[in-house]
Amino acid sequence: MRKIYLSFESKIKKIEEEISSLAGKSKITPEDEKKILILKNNLQAELKKVYSNLSPFQRVEIARHPQRPKTIDFIQAIFSDFVELHGDRLFGDDPAVIGGLATLEKLKVMVIGHLKGKDTRENIERNFGMPHPEGYRKAQRLMKLAARFNLPLITFLDTPGAYPGVGAEERGQAWAIAECLALMSDLPVPTISIGIGEGGSGGALAFSLTDRLYLLENAYYSVITPEGCAVILWKEKSKAPLAAEALKLTSYDLLELGLIDGIISEPPGGAHRFPEPVYEKTKEVLLSSLNELLKLDRETLITKRQEKWRQMGVFTEGD
Amino acid sequence: MKEEKKGFSVPDGLFIRCGVCKTILFRKEFEKNFKVCPHCGFHYRLSVKERIDLLLDNNSFQEKFTELRTADPLSFRCLKNYSELVEKSEQKTGLREAVVTGEGKLGGISLALAFFDFGFIGGSMGSVVGEKITRLFELAEASKKPILMVIASGGARMQEGMFSLFQMAKTVTALKKYQRRNLPYVALFTNPTTGGVTASFASLADIILAEPQALIGFAGPKVIEQTTGSRLPKGFQTAEFLMKHGFVDLVVPRSEQRDTLIKLFDYLIGG
Ligand SMILES: [Zn+2]
Repeated sequence: MRKIYLSFESKIKKIEEEISSLAGKSKITPEDEKKILILKNNLQAELKKVYSNLSPFQRVEIARHPQRPKTIDFIQAIFSDFVELHGDRLFGDDPAVIGGLATLEKLKVMVIGHLKGKDTRENIERNFGMPHPEGYRKAQRLMKLAARFNLPLITFLDTPGAYPGVGAEERGQAWAIAECLALMSDLPVPTISIGIGEGGSGGALAFSLTDRLYLLENAYYSVITPEGCAVILWKEKSKAPLAAEALKLTSYDLLELGLIDGIISEPPGGAHRFPEPVYEKTKEVLLSSLNELLKLDRETLITKRQEKWRQMGVFTEGD
Repeated sequence: MKEEKKGFSVPDGLFIRCGVCKTILFRKEFEKNFKVCPHCGFHYRLSVKERIDLLLDNNSFQEKFTELRTADPLSFRCLKNYSELVEKSEQKTGLREAVVTGEGKLGGISLALAFFDFGFIGGSMGSVVGEKITRLFELAEASKKPILMVIASGGARMQEGMFSLFQMAKTVTALKKYQRRNLPYVALFTNPTTGGVTASFASLADIILAEPQALIGFAGPKVIEQTTGSRLPKGFQTAEFLMKHGFVDLVVPRSEQRDTLIKLFDYLIGG
């Protein structure tokens, strides 16, 4: 697959292309090998430089990178024996949401996530990971199954938002999201969500009223897209980078504000360049969180979750 | 908002012109009719005070949670800073936030109450709105009171970022605990009821009433038009449309709201 570069990766692109053109030569001289080694060092340094100084909007661009690993990749890399379950038993099967039974080491769990496509064709099929009500209702079905059969619930967040369309409104998008929240608020099993890419407002929230909420380093979670916010508050879309800064939507901002439980770090260069270590870290986080949560009895588990969400918000009290 | 176009104009103190059907009306008659155009039936926006006068027993309302004050958790900077916006909205509406919560009586029945005001930053839900709604659920749970909420909201308060979005989770968590008590919660959706408020505690009411022609939905019509690139069907996202699609129990004009609510609470409490 041809690599896709972001606007701020031009120098990285140049080095990577030089390396591959040298390495692709039919005859590589010792001179070439030396050059490649130097270039690889330069690349490492450049990746570190760029990826340790990312602006909030650049992180949004990384979170949206078409080659960033998707929910299906995390499922395949972290779990075994995945059995996908389809349909909401009411209207249809939403391809923007994937869910099913899976095994994490020896633990049997339920997995639900937004699912974007890997290319344009797949993205059209999956509606760019933007669920319709039937997607949220499929998720509700699986959440209820998880509760009945005592399976911890793991969700992956990666959506620009719930789909704003005629059919979605006719079938009660708002109701579908609200019902997910209501179900998750007292689901009697451990629940963990991982933001892997885009955390688009209510469409992402529907899967994240959980015991633990983690974000990959370059994932974002926001009440509104930076573009949408820019249009409303700055009257022009081009101010999206300013909006991204103001919204405090990066993993670092959200951790500092106490809105998420932790960050899963990505190597310099991002999860789209180096997915393997990210899968590994995600798996570690899931296992250690589940280990803690499974020690709690149901009552304590639910109470703690409700207390966690009860204290969300900042205000003052007084006359 | 379309409302701007539909606003009534005031040629002079005595008369007003309905922005929808262009009929000239006696101002007094219009006000007495709770700001419903007697000619075309359009329901103009009401303030919280007007709502209370319309629905509740005389002098029965007692406001609660007035001690809560909006903060600026992100130090949000844009063309208009958040704290200035809040200040301006306070002056404009005479309210402290986009929702007024408290206790009162309707046909002698004691209720926990919430009234939204769209004039306060679009009735949007920031930390204070979320906290007031949450405390109202808790109060109603503890004092075993039924709940009535009159909704008017454009959704989340983006100047509070994720604190705002997470109010959806907080309010629903409180609502779920309240519902274990088997106490009725009725919501009246007014123009407009959209976004994060609709997608959380509002749409989870046991019974949903709506004002005629009120805009109700998750996404706003403009966003839908831009995303799908297609013209929207006639009457799309109106209260009547939502009732037809099974999401609203009843569309009730202002003249009948009080009686309908009394009847409903009587059924639900007496059953
Ligand atoms: Zn009229």
